[in-house]
Amino acid sequence: MNKVATAQAPKKAPGGSRIGRFLADNGALVGLFVLGLALFIATPDFLTGPNLLNIGIQASVIAVLAFGLTFVIVAAGIDLSVGSVAALSAMGSAWMFSQGSMPGWVALVGGLLIGALSGAVSGFAVAYGKLPSFIATLAMLSVARGLTLVISDGRPIGTAPDVSFLGGNIGPIPMPIIVLVLAGLVAAFILNFTVMGRYMYAVGGNREAARLSGVPVRKVLITVFALSGLFAGLAGLLLSGRLDSAQPQAAAGYELDAIAAVVIGGASLAGGIGRISGTLVGALVLVVIRNGLNLLNVSSFWQQVVIGLVIAVAVGIDSLRRKNQPH
Amino acid sequence: MSDTPVTNNPPAGTPILTLENVTKSFGPVTVIKGVTVNVRPGKVQVLLGENGAGKSTLIKMMAGVYQPDGGRILVDGKEVRLPDTNASEALGIATIHQELNLVGSMTVAENICMGRFPRRFGLVDRRQMRKVARDALNKIGLDIDVDHKVGELGIARQQLVEIAKALSLNARMLILDEPTAALTKREISALFSVVEDLRERGVGMVFISHHLDEIAAIGDSVSVLRDGEFVAEVPADTHEDELVRLMVGRSIEQQFPRRREYRGPADTLLEVEGLSTKGMVNNVSFSVKAGEIVGLAGLVGAGRTEVIRAIAGVDPYATGSVRVRGKDLPKSSIGAAIRSGVGHVPEDRKAHGLVLGAAVNENIGYATLSTTAKSGLVDRSGQRKRAQDVADKLRIRMHNLDQVVGSLSGGNQQKTVFARWIVANSTVLLLDEPTRGVDVGAKVEIYELMNAITAAGGAVVMVSSELPEVLGMSDRVLVMSGGHISGELSADDATQDAVMSLAVRDVQRDLEDKLMEDGHE
Repeated sequence: MNKVATAQAPKKAPGGSRIGRFLADNGALVGLFVLGLALFIATPDFLTGPNLLNIGIQASVIAVLAFGLTFVIVAAGIDLSVGSVAALSAMGSAWMFSQGSMPGWVALVGGLLIGALSGAVSGFAVAYGKLPSFIATLAMLSVARGLTLVISDGRPIGTAPDVSFLGGNIGPIPMPIIVLVLAGLVAAFILNFTVMGRYMYAVGGNREAARLSGVPVRKVLITVFALSGLFAGLAGLLLSGRLDSAQPQAAAGYELDAIAAVVIGGASLAGGIGRISGTLVGALVLVVIRNGLNLLNVSSFWQQVVIGLVIAVAVGIDSLRRKNQPH
Repeated sequence: MSDTPVTNNPPAGTPILTLENVTKSFGPVTVIKGVTVNVRPGKVQVLLGENGAGKSTLIKMMAGVYQPDGGRILVDGKEVRLPDTNASEALGIATIHQELNLVGSMTVAENICMGRFPRRFGLVDRRQMRKVARDALNKIGLDIDVDHKVGELGIARQQLVEIAKALSLNARMLILDEPTAALTKREISALFSVVEDLRERGVGMVFISHHLDEIAAIGDSVSVLRDGEFVAEVPADTHEDELVRLMVGRSIEQQFPRRREYRGPADTLLEVEGLSTKGMVNNVSFSVKAGEIVGLAGLVGAGRTEVIRAIAGVDPYATGSVRVRGKDLPKSSIGAAIRSGVGHVPEDRKAHGLVLGAAVNENIGYATLSTTAKSGLVDRSGQRKRAQDVADKLRIRMHNLDQVVGSLSGGNQQKTVFARWIVANSTVLLLDEPTRGVDVGAKVEIYELMNAITAAGGAVVMVSSELPEVLGMSDRVLVMSGGHISGELSADDATQDAVMSLAVRDVQRDLEDKLMEDGHE
């Protein structure tokens, strides 16, 4: 997936070899391997089948949230509401099944639609209401969490079996990992092969130039937020499926992990730059660090400190690298 | 020359700053080839040359933004290195840019003291700050309220605030980069009296202007540049015709190679009727036929860009109609305009024309992404092939299609914008300052491109503030003044004087006298 083209053209890397260029363009991937190697040496528990599957499961929710967020960030926006929208989608879905007595598959699709719709509302506020996306989605963060509490009255609700299926296994493979891979492929496909995907890079790179070239900027903005909401909905269903119940406080604060994953993956908050493969690596970096620190019995308090530093270092290295290139 | 041995006190007459035989390349392109310029105390050194001649590169070397690849920089006769702008500021060199470095939401006093607020008990000492600001303004005889927000001042006064700020930082050399471009005649004379004052006090100045009459009025000596090379240094009272000859180095016929090769039916492609916008454009009507280039001349602020943008669907208009090939275009729909064959090359290609961080391939393809797509999927190979073909045809100089467009030269960037509309088969091209910031060679290529477009039956509307370009390339010239068309001239009747007298016909008084002066060129 690393081969997919982006708005960022290939750059000449020091050394000039293709391998050198690949490494320079995929700093986060190199970091992930170094991290994996260090943990492999430090603890025998890291490189085991069960632990790797565990990492995959833990990464799934963050990565799916971050895939959706990548659309928004590529288009030079930000979506702070993904955690709340995930919770609302899961809770709405659970409510449809438990309280609304709807069939399980309707509850599943309904949950996704709630996510997409929430995102579209934010997108509409950004595109037509001229609200900065930070503000529009900050509002949605509060509204969606509030609605989640209203629907559930602050109590967990059991999920539909179709949703619980997302948290299960197919043979030895956990469903969340399958969902993670499929969602990543779909997101990468949208960004690279659809007209809408290329428009996202154009709008993020220079909104006015895109508009003057005939790009339907408002439609693009609504689409990116709707997609972000849709992926957030999927992440919410994954999370509730694993627990067999939708929790009112589920995914609180996850938006920050998702943003971290996207920027560690090399996307620019200024827009126009970002790849799904990078975002996946970013999410894995976060999860592997947590996993490794757990295996090494580092307290969860210190884990937060480490993760904060990793974000700063990863993005710092990336912007230094960009600065040293012409333009 | 300043090859004198290094002493602590430079002998009288030593230039404040000398660029000695400097060269500068960007990648494979050499933009400055062995140029020498002296800036002497109490003198105004004019840099004259066409866009792309290397003036801005030279002043950026003086300011420490760029470092020369060859040659030396001397300050007071001593060789120095200017690794950044701080280094040049420390030596008393200040640049007054066209885009001013002021914070509009802060006061005049705060702006003048920016970065060195006077303090008292660790807090900002506002009284002292006002005093510093007032002293600075007094030096140039400017009487404005230091508590005024800078953003609320006119551009001319902002410029003077910037000059006052530079002087309060003990600048002894000012680089004035087209300071008169946005000023009225009265503001220009106010600026010139400040310049006169500074000259008396021994401040050395570098002055860039495209207005030849200003050179004699304010300059002492003129360094003429052409294509990055030093051509001559002449006194500022040199005749304007001679200055043009030195600057251009060839006759005007070669510079504007207009050819009319279209032999098809003279269908009317674009008709604009009674177009008015809120505030600016007032009842504009004109039409353009296949094979024709219509120049839209007039002063900055006459409403030319607004007309173009309304036709292209970028901005809404209040009344009137726009027809392309006889069909009405809906108001403010860029998409509809593009579908009916309108292509728009905007005035500011960096802000409005290109996604600078994206590849050439992407930039060429934006207008055709959706029309060539199959069920929402990009025709990647087709888009790439079309982009490659047109890039070859327009000779866009790049490593490959994946190169980031922001790393191309101005001329090649502009050709990329053109390429987008050629790929889209646009037949009505609206060009807003199509050669601004483009070097001399690429200019002629763009003119040839306009010839090719019209030879194939296309229609071109060109807005340009470079009158020779309008006169040299247009088949008809429409002159705008105060938001409406004040006259139409055929290619044969269109002279600078004729255009200028129409351009100033209906403007407000203070704009008017600025133009009267231009008209006397």
